[in-house]
Amino acid sequence: MQFHLTAEQTAIQNAVRGTLADIWSVEQMHKFADAPEDFHRPSWDALMALGVGGLALPENRGGAGLGLLDAALVCEVVGEAAAPGPVIGQILTAIAVASSDNSAASDKLSAIASGEEVATLALDGDLVQSAKTAGLILAEGANGALRLVEAGEAIAIEPVQSTDRSRKVSRVVIGEDAEAHPLCGGVQAQRIRDAALILVAADALGGAQKVTDMSVAYAKEREQFGQPIGRFQALKHQLAQMALEVEPARALVWYAAYAWDAGLPDASRAAALAKAHLCEVYTRATRAAIAAHGGIGYTWEYGLHYWFRRSVYDRAWLGSPAHHRARAAEMAGW
Amino acid sequence: MDISYGADAEAFRKAVRAFVADAWQPGSLRGGDLKAFVRVFRGKAVEAGYLYRSVPRRYGGSEQPVDAVNAQVIREEFAKARAPMEVGGNGVNMTVPTLLEKGTEEQCDLFIRRTIEGDYVWGQGYSEPGSGSDLASVRTKAKLSPDGAKWIVNGQKIWTSQGGKATHMFMLVRTEPDAPKHDGITYLLIDLDQPAVTRRPIRQMTGMEGEDTFYEFFFDNAEAPVSWQVGERGQGWYVSRTTLKHERAAIGGADNLGRQFAKLVELAKEMGRTGDPLVRDRLGEIEGRVMAHRYTSFRLFSCQAAGEEPGRVALMMKLLLTEIGHDIALLAQELIGIEGLIEPADAGTRSGTSHKRGSNKWLDQIIGSLGNSIAGGASNIQRNIIAERGLGLPRDLALAGER
Repeated sequence: MQFHLTAEQTAIQNAVRGTLADIWSVEQMHKFADAPEDFHRPSWDALMALGVGGLALPENRGGAGLGLLDAALVCEVVGEAAAPGPVIGQILTAIAVASSDNSAASDKLSAIASGEEVATLALDGDLVQSAKTAGLILAEGANGALRLVEAGEAIAIEPVQSTDRSRKVSRVVIGEDAEAHPLCGGVQAQRIRDAALILVAADALGGAQKVTDMSVAYAKEREQFGQPIGRFQALKHQLAQMALEVEPARALVWYAAYAWDAGLPDASRAAALAKAHLCEVYTRATRAAIAAHGGIGYTWEYGLHYWFRRSVYDRAWLGSPAHHRARAAEMAGW
Repeated sequence: MDISYGADAEAFRKAVRAFVADAWQPGSLRGGDLKAFVRVFRGKAVEAGYLYRSVPRRYGGSEQPVDAVNAQVIREEFAKARAPMEVGGNGVNMTVPTLLEKGTEEQCDLFIRRTIEGDYVWGQGYSEPGSGSDLASVRTKAKLSPDGAKWIVNGQKIWTSQGGKATHMFMLVRTEPDAPKHDGITYLLIDLDQPAVTRRPIRQMTGMEGEDTFYEFFFDNAEAPVSWQVGERGQGWYVSRTTLKHERAAIGGADNLGRQFAKLVELAKEMGRTGDPLVRDRLGEIEGRVMAHRYTSFRLFSCQAAGEEPGRVALMMKLLLTEIGHDIALLAQELIGIEGLIEPADAGTRSGTSHKRGSNKWLDQIIGSLGNSIAGGASNIQRNIIAERGLGLPRDLALAGER
């Protein structure tokens, strides 16, 4: 029985956390938010230098031989920092390509693992992260199959103003002439989608924890009526409620990732419920965090809105909580 | 991660299973015969090292090394065979650990064996009508008798579970009225079988009263030997804070919650409501929480087995369970609808009486879940604990002098 993080897993999280702390400050977020670019090279290179791209690949495919759980732990820290991506796209594309026998796609694997090729997701709708930069798109094909699409003339990209300023999207239309390599369909494609749900849930977990921590820290330093506001029971209870929602949800993310890695029968349902639950928690946490901060939380300058915006993204991305709860009900045969 | 228990535990499970299969064959025994059989079975289980593992052999326990995984395996195998575990109640859960930590040799000799064998039943004497969340404000007084041999107790205690069966009570009494609040309390054991003690059942909002519910106790010059005082005089508050973390059940609570959720789904099916998208959504929302609770229990269990501190999440489990109980209650109330207009008969009542016990039995949970917000540390107190001990927020000024 081992159901808490190992020292090694904590070390991986700390390495990613430390790297992002150096590169991705709130000042940096402000600069990026208003810039035209949809990709941030320094943070990308730093994350890829840590081996994030190939984290979940087997060692004989140039990866670190770790599991989806470890990938989720990394995505949690990425969410905590509200770091740009497309990190989830990269990790997921690597997993999808590695599990396919398409040789043309496999040829790209080492460049995906190293981060040299940027890979993004087009699994639901036409809004795609870092589309102007990405060389590869893991996209939906006919009948829910997955394919690896190469960037090029046949891809139409129309920039839009992204709500989430840390992960900017464009409207993308993949033309019929696009160079595309079929990867998988059926059960395997669903398995990749389940992995995506788990990684988004992990991003939401990291973000929800971050805004809770920010609120607690602010409540300790902000004074009103001659004392730290964190001394007032009304606020204290709101902060306790945030922590009560976030901290136990952590184990649900772990379980969903563990179940995916172990191929347990309830893995797909656990992924759906984890995505639904964590995105719900994230939505509530960011709203509560801004309420707890008061006026400063409502400013652009303070930056709390970056996590709020990201919670809007995570919630809607790949299906809302209600959508996934309906799927979970279906899968349970209710 | 790995949620299996490992090869050692599975080998241990085989041994436990074989033991239970052999020793627990109550057949058609009833009443006194069954009681006697249970007693013999528990004796054998102690002999085998399966019950009272933290209690030394000289007091009737099995004195086993701490092993959270094996302890869980024992609980699972006994539960599977419906074999009786430890006698439970406040005596085993509170009196015995407190005595092992703070009691005298004489107290341990006198009380532990008879408590774990079920002869002594202990009531908790903490809450008073004027002391609920502010427990250290207890006003029940104890004064030494002129010869200094006995404590003379006067006052009232309330919300004592098993109060109808209790033979003894562990209580907090004020012995130093001039000392600061927390330093004037003594932890005392008392025999409830004396004329100076009056007990009265409290009728709960459920309508229940009697043996299985709460009692209040009145002490009118009741006596306890000074040698039954646990710990130093005036240090009772700190004695009561003694918590032993020996193999505490972590997963058991999650299993119960899981079963309750499964019954909720059954209820939705019975009432023909599983096609209702709102009900399906609500079930999914609750299930997310149930799973978060379940796997957090695994996390705590795993930390415990590895001898690591789980951190602040451990402070959240009581409130989390309470809150999920409220969620379940609200959906259950929606589901039973008009059936809820008929009060269910007491659990265990045979069907066919004028009182129905159909889906309206959920009223037990709907009302009972309210009690969880109060008993064992009210929910707002839990929020204070999470915020102050877990998140490190400063104490309320009104409470700054408190501990």
